[in-house]
Amino acid sequence: MKEIIRLDNIKRDFHVGDETVHALRGVSFTICEGEFVTIMGTSGSGKSTLLNTLGCLDTPTSGEYYLDGVSVRTMNKRQRATLRNRKIGFVFQNYNLLPKTTAVENVELPLMYNPAYKAAQRREKAVNALIAVGLGDRLMHKSNQMSGGQMQRVAIARALVNDPAVILADEATGNLDTRTSFEILVLFQRLHAEGRTIIFVTHNPEIAQYSSRNIMLRDGHVTADTVNTNILSAAEALAHLPKNDD
Amino acid sequence: MNTTNLLKIALRALANNKLRGFLTMLGIIIGVASVITMLAIGQGSKRSIQAQISEMGSNMIMIQPGADMRGGVRQEASAMETLKLQDYEDIVNETRYVSATSPSVNSSGQAIYGANNAPTTVYGISPDYMEIRRYEVEDGDMFSDQDVQTAAKVCVIGKTVVDNLFPGGENPVGKVIRFQKLPFRVVGVLESKGYNSMGMDQDDLILAPYTTIQKKILAITHLQGITCSALKEEYTDQAIDEISEILRRNHRLRDTDEDDFTIRSMQELSTMLTSTTDIMTTLLAAVAGISLLVGGIGIMNIMYVSVTERTREIGLRMSIGAKGMDILAQFLIESILISVTGGLIGVIFGVGAALIVNVVAHFPIYIQPWSVLLSFVVCTVTGVFFGWYPAKKAAQLDPIEAIRYE
Repeated sequence: MKEIIRLDNIKRDFHVGDETVHALRGVSFTICEGEFVTIMGTSGSGKSTLLNTLGCLDTPTSGEYYLDGVSVRTMNKRQRATLRNRKIGFVFQNYNLLPKTTAVENVELPLMYNPAYKAAQRREKAVNALIAVGLGDRLMHKSNQMSGGQMQRVAIARALVNDPAVILADEATGNLDTRTSFEILVLFQRLHAEGRTIIFVTHNPEIAQYSSRNIMLRDGHVTADTVNTNILSAAEALAHLPKNDD
Repeated sequence: MNTTNLLKIALRALANNKLRGFLTMLGIIIGVASVITMLAIGQGSKRSIQAQISEMGSNMIMIQPGADMRGGVRQEASAMETLKLQDYEDIVNETRYVSATSPSVNSSGQAIYGANNAPTTVYGISPDYMEIRRYEVEDGDMFSDQDVQTAAKVCVIGKTVVDNLFPGGENPVGKVIRFQKLPFRVVGVLESKGYNSMGMDQDDLILAPYTTIQKKILAITHLQGITCSALKEEYTDQAIDEISEILRRNHRLRDTDEDDFTIRSMQELSTMLTSTTDIMTTLLAAVAGISLLVGGIGIMNIMYVSVTERTREIGLRMSIGAKGMDILAQFLIESILISVTGGLIGVIFGVGAALIVNVVAHFPIYIQPWSVLLSFVVCTVTGVFFGWYPAKKAAQLDPIEAIRYE
């Protein structure tokens, strides 16, 4: 299996006034292609800092981070921006779509910052990504005309559009009701089945049951790293949910 | 990063906020339009004053007797008899900077033709006067030097006099009118000049040989004034010096004596009037400039607010791969687009407003190409300048903080 992510004794300190806060105190793990990993931890466990590091938004104080074989620690801001553009797909809790903008234009956005793509190619890839998340009939809907679940699907399509090495989801179901959460989980499981690498950061232990591996974080340390042998099907869970009135 | 994409990104961002974009533009539109309109009005009145002065003869020099004291009492100019025919002849013969010279004597009174009469002024002059005052004969001819020598009873009359004495529309040329009981044969009619900038009717006059007026109406031998033209407007000062030298010599004035004549030139008047309109233009331009500045600050304000308002958007763009430069470029392009579009609309509005002022209020305007260019350039520069700081601020945002900004 190809290694997508390797963390080697990552430490990250923040200086707040005179105090030094150790957000990450030596985190090491490896994630291979095709894994669906949930990273869990309570508030203050360092999971946001870890997510920022994984997402190349932040650089560690010490330790090495290899993304798809490239060392990130020594990169400057510009290089990391390009790396994010090519290798990472972000899905946020609050979707972060551009307001009053159509689904297609939202999904096109990462490719707008990649000069390799021409307008026609960009449009085609965006349309395909939207079809892949089940929004083929909502291409020209604007972000303010869509429901939460639909917006999150657009965000996932945006994360897929650049064929990233890894999809980073930050509490991607946090703002959604139970039914819609499961629908999104079904989508993630399908992407996983298609061979994509997904890292899902959450504080909700339930979600770990649907992933292939679970990493627990506490006070800046990895406290548990377990492979899930009994992956539940989100589709089944969705089927057993009580029907909504509508 | 390619420019087309940046342009597209900026255009999409603007299209999503049409009202905000328009309100920002409004400041620039008003700024540019007011600069253009104000300058057009200022320049227009300046030009119209200059045109009026040059109609009267911008190189004209007027010599009058004056500054004469008799027993400690300063006398009225017309009561003095210091200017003689000899002075006139010497000015004609001895000066190098004077191109035309005419004596002048005048008398007011009632002009009569048939059953019609009207008060007017008769000016006794020589044919050179036409060149000095830029009068043209429209119908008939000017009287000749021969008529001056023989003190012929001929005259040339202005349009107002024609209207008053010949209301029936008869051709006045060849008719005989009477002025102070003296019959004058009309030989020509002057082209109309309208009112001058002091509101004086320049067509209400009769021109006749000065000899005729001197001998047959006023019964005097001195001159009431001499009117000359400098070779060119720029030579007015030299011409005045020459004339003054001749007159002082002829009047046998000692070095310590005051001049017993006064010389005034159109140049003085012209300088005074143009400096007045210059002040007005500057004032108008300053007011308009302030509104342009306010427009610029409007851009800065909107861009600044929009950076704060769009922090999450900036964070998102950065997290999916936009570099600081891309963000800077996007915001800068947005402000350039706003100011250039606003500038163009402002030019159209400004020129339009100036034309409306001209058509509706009949105010003279003159749109200088440089004023259009200047205000357009200034507004673009203001837009870029005031767009730069917020754009810079946006580019320096930390994507981690920006994306979580509430």
